Amino acid sequence: MSFSWTRVRAMAGKELTEYRRTGSIISTMAVVPLVFILPPMIEIFTSSASALASGDRLIYMLGIPAIVPAVIAAYAVVGERQQGTLEPVLTTPIRREELLLGKAIAALAPSLLMSYLVYGLALALVEIFASAGAATAVLKGGEIIAQVIFTPLVAGWAIWAGMAISTRTRDARVAQQLGTLVSLPVFIVAALIAFGAIHASLGLVLGLGGALAVLDFVGWRVTSALFDRERLITAGK
Amino acid sequence: MQPVGEPGASALSAVGLCKRFGERVAFEDVTFEVGRGEVFGFLGPNGAGKTTTVRTLATLIKPSAGSATVAGLPLRAENEVEIRRRIAVMPESPGLYLRLSVEENLTCFAHLYELPKPKPRIEAALQAVRLLERRADPCGSLSKGLRQRVCLARALLSDPEILFLDEPTSGLDPVAARDVHELIDGLRRQGVTIFLTTHRLDEAERLCDRVAILNTTLRSIGRPDELRDQLFARTLTVHTLAPLPEPGRVFEGLACVESWRAEDSTSYVLGVSDVTVAAPAAVRALVAAGADVLSVGESRHSLQDVYLELVDEDVEGRRR
Repeated sequence: MSFSWTRVRAMAGKELTEYRRTGSIISTMAVVPLVFILPPMIEIFTSSASALASGDRLIYMLGIPAIVPAVIAAYAVVGERQQGTLEPVLTTPIRREELLLGKAIAALAPSLLMSYLVYGLALALVEIFASAGAATAVLKGGEIIAQVIFTPLVAGWAIWAGMAISTRTRDARVAQQLGTLVSLPVFIVAALIAFGAIHASLGLVLGLGGALAVLDFVGWRVTSALFDRERLITAGK
Repeated sequence: MQPVGEPGASALSAVGLCKRFGERVAFEDVTFEVGRGEVFGFLGPNGAGKTTTVRTLATLIKPSAGSATVAGLPLRAENEVEIRRRIAVMPESPGLYLRLSVEENLTCFAHLYELPKPKPRIEAALQAVRLLERRADPCGSLSKGLRQRVCLARALLSDPEILFLDEPTSGLDPVAARDVHELIDGLRRQGVTIFLTTHRLDEAERLCDRVAILNTTLRSIGRPDELRDQLFARTLTVHTLAPLPEPGRVFEGLACVESWRAEDSTSYVLGVSDVTVAAPAAVRALVAAGADVLSVGESRHSLQDVYLELVDEDVEGRRR
């Protein structure tokens, strides 16, 4: 039997339905973006255009795709295990690659939606309410393209890192804390670029983008290899 | 071993199957065969290795040694997905998605099995467990008994060749347990091969064609009446109105009576090889001796007696 997109869709669909009905996930998705939109907005609306000229303030908002999916993905496997729902799923013909990809897609979709929505909101706020000088300093074509491209790459890294942790931990809360920690390096790099501590040269951007793309691709395989049915079923909860 | 169903067509077999977790032996040297359409009971105390055996046969756990064939396929890594497609497992804990409705739970699993027309299959499964009218209810709102029924419907979705039921009535009240028994009885009539692990010996006796008693190793296997005969001598109990003056002269030498002993002054227990011969002979001898016979009856040992005898032997063995 070959790889089945039907099973991937079934797993993703189930996850998305559960997210919609889980208050804690909805609140995470609502609160985390606020944390990442407020600092750049405050600075943009309180600083002079010359002060905003260095750095790429809105890149700070890459924290949204770094943190939101990490929290969701870190719960994905260990959460099912704690609820006792993992074993019935593993007795079906689903392969571990299908199960993990389904869960990853389910974590990616709302994270991307939320990231792009909040980024779009930030752009609109700057365009409408910021001074002309501040808007010109902040709204750069290259930065917007980088944000659009980096959002799924960062989310992908956060998801595979979170899910890898989720397959090897016994407690959902620990997994979520570790998942957030693992996402921090990506976020820290984004923050350093945003506030001008690191100059985002084309070489750096391409290098980071390439590295994330490779990590995203390898992440699925590595996480699948870490997914050990026997350990997940028999190790103490 | 004579599996029920088609001769020579075994649904499930294990030879010398063993699972160890490090130094700890979950089960070892387990050998059995289950015929197609047979309801096979797997009994044993807590920690005997029943659930681990089911998980091994369901490809969730790799055996440490031995071999098995499940639904016609050797239990090997390359067959795992196909084996899981041919079987269904109802674990002890239902493991339902509580925020999803009954129908959403089943739809998810129907897609995991890639069923071609899921809707009618889901309806048929819900009909079988009499839950069609609760299809839209969130599983979290259902009682434990109803959740077990949803779990059974989920297991039936894929029309499995073998259905593994792990403690299906564990924690259920008598009415809910009776419902599950009726459902299993229905499946048995449809010819589904069922591998049932249970603590409940009345359940096994009522539902199973054959049973195996596991206590890390397989202690015994056979039909419940075969196990009784293997372990316990068949006995007749005779009650008379007054003590017999010379019971030895009455019972000794009777056809098919192998031994006798007085239980009290008016009760006698006869060890017999064939009840149908020994009982009339005993009655004739008692009447000839002038005794007033109150009753002559076969003493029946239950499956529970068999189970306790075997498990107690293990406990005694460990103490020694």
